[in-house]
Amino acid sequence: MRFLALFLKELRTFFASPLVYIVSAVFLALSGWYFYTDLDALITFGFGESIVDHLWQRLYNDIVRILITVVPLITMRVYAEEKSLGTIELLYTAPVRDIEILLSKYLACMTVFAMIAGSTALYPYLIYRVSPFDYSQLWSVYLGGFLLLSAMVMVGIFISSLTEAQLIAAMFTYGAILLLWNLNWNEAAIPDSWGGIVAQLCAFDHFEPFARGVVDMRHVAYFVSLSVFMGYLTMRSMESREWRGRR
Amino acid sequence: MIEAKGLIKDYGRNRAVKGVSFKVDKGDIVGLLGPNGSGKTTIMRMLTGFFAPTSGACSIAGVDVQTDPREARRHIGYLPERVALYPDMTVRHYLKFVARVHGVGRGIASRVDETMELTGLTEMAKRHIGKLSKGYRQRVGIAQAVVHSPDVLILDEPTVGLDPRQIVEIRALIKELAGRTTVLLSTHILPEVSITCRRVLIIDQGRLVAEDTAQGLTQRTVGHGELLLRLVGPEERVLSLLTAVDGVTGAEVADRDPSGASVYHVTTAADRDVRASIAKLVVDQGWSLQELTQNTMSLEDLFVRILEESAGVTF
Repeated sequence: MRFLALFLKELRTFFASPLVYIVSAVFLALSGWYFYTDLDALITFGFGESIVDHLWQRLYNDIVRILITVVPLITMRVYAEEKSLGTIELLYTAPVRDIEILLSKYLACMTVFAMIAGSTALYPYLIYRVSPFDYSQLWSVYLGGFLLLSAMVMVGIFISSLTEAQLIAAMFTYGAILLLWNLNWNEAAIPDSWGGIVAQLCAFDHFEPFARGVVDMRHVAYFVSLSVFMGYLTMRSMESREWRGRR
Repeated sequence: MIEAKGLIKDYGRNRAVKGVSFKVDKGDIVGLLGPNGSGKTTIMRMLTGFFAPTSGACSIAGVDVQTDPREARRHIGYLPERVALYPDMTVRHYLKFVARVHGVGRGIASRVDETMELTGLTEMAKRHIGKLSKGYRQRVGIAQAVVHSPDVLILDEPTVGLDPRQIVEIRALIKELAGRTTVLLSTHILPEVSITCRRVLIIDQGRLVAEDTAQGLTQRTVGHGELLLRLVGPEERVLSLLTAVDGVTGAEVADRDPSGASVYHVTTAADRDVRASIAKLVVDQGWSLQELTQNTMSLEDLFVRILEESAGVTF
């Protein structure tokens, strides 16, 4: 009951502002453009290849790239806005657990993304109507997308918990997400002395197998542990008010 | 209902609250009085569990705030210094949300209606909070604090920034609530506590410097023995007769009006109200009285006095 109230309040706040609608509109326009151009590229240049087999990997890598750049816009407000409004004091003096507050914010963000990303199911549906295909590969794409977004949303929530200024939260989240995504693009540039750990942090490397239809538990574990770790940091950062004496 | 034991709060090297202990009994209205920056808000934030004390403990309705914050907060209705409102919500939505978060289940709609009735918000139910005036926002803040019928109300500067009419209304509202709940409110305005509260805790620089009843405080500030008198009459004679009044220790001419009236400063023995005797004197002598005012003490004067008393020295 209490949790549901928190969750619905978060969701209402999202849909009370125009931002979510604008983000959805821009996302839909871009993903539609990618669908058209990726399909067209395969039809024009994919000699002899099965279009349906190759389209999804390209398309979903493109779509995911738009999605993760949208994450900061959605997550920037979750804690920063409550801090600047002073409503954080209302939440943290109510008889609820800190983790309920965090999870209500996380679930609200993920609901927004489910609605935005869910609309992309239209593209396989259109192809399926023209030529039925084996869509089992798509489950792994959506699982990977969910895990990736979950981790990136948690990164954004954590950064939002550090500041009162939404734009600062957004910019730092952009930095963190793009760095994680591209960390490994030039593997040779990463010094050996870093022990290969840094290379393991690259989010793209962990997502890409899902786009190919491969579900590997190591990659699942990466996203889950990144999400949980960021959640843990958020809890600690919010607790710090108790001894720092700041909202 | 509210108990604080040796509360200490450090912000880095700065000790904001330096060992404050007090108790508030069930059904009482107690005011935390002190200048800005004296630690009132910090004390209230520790009582609500928003800040953890550096050392010391507090309990609400017998529940320790540190060890069982959720149970303790169930008993609290809290109005923060900066009223915590969501500008995009309507008044009704907001109050429903707060009630739900505090675990009000069945009868939530009627509870919200009652609260809006009590706080005079019924006509604003469908307005967005962001579009309300300061006075109405403050009311929404108070409504938010009482919507779940808490045992304890903690109100941080409930009348700050309101116009005089609204202040009167809010004070009446708090008094009305106090029959049912225990109230702790903070203020830096001296008359506020004597009007609203039964007991007063005076805080200065993070310390509890005095504890008094509201009546005792009023006597302290009013009965400190200085009158301002403005009248038309022969100065020499006025002065000699004034000093002859029982209880008057001194009188002098402070100023002269162009209209011909003189302004006198009259000092009296402490705890003596000589206004009636002076008024009688003036009437008997046929002088024309223009003003007779008991000078009330400012908060700053009271602090100086209390600090003098507790230190046992006179500056």
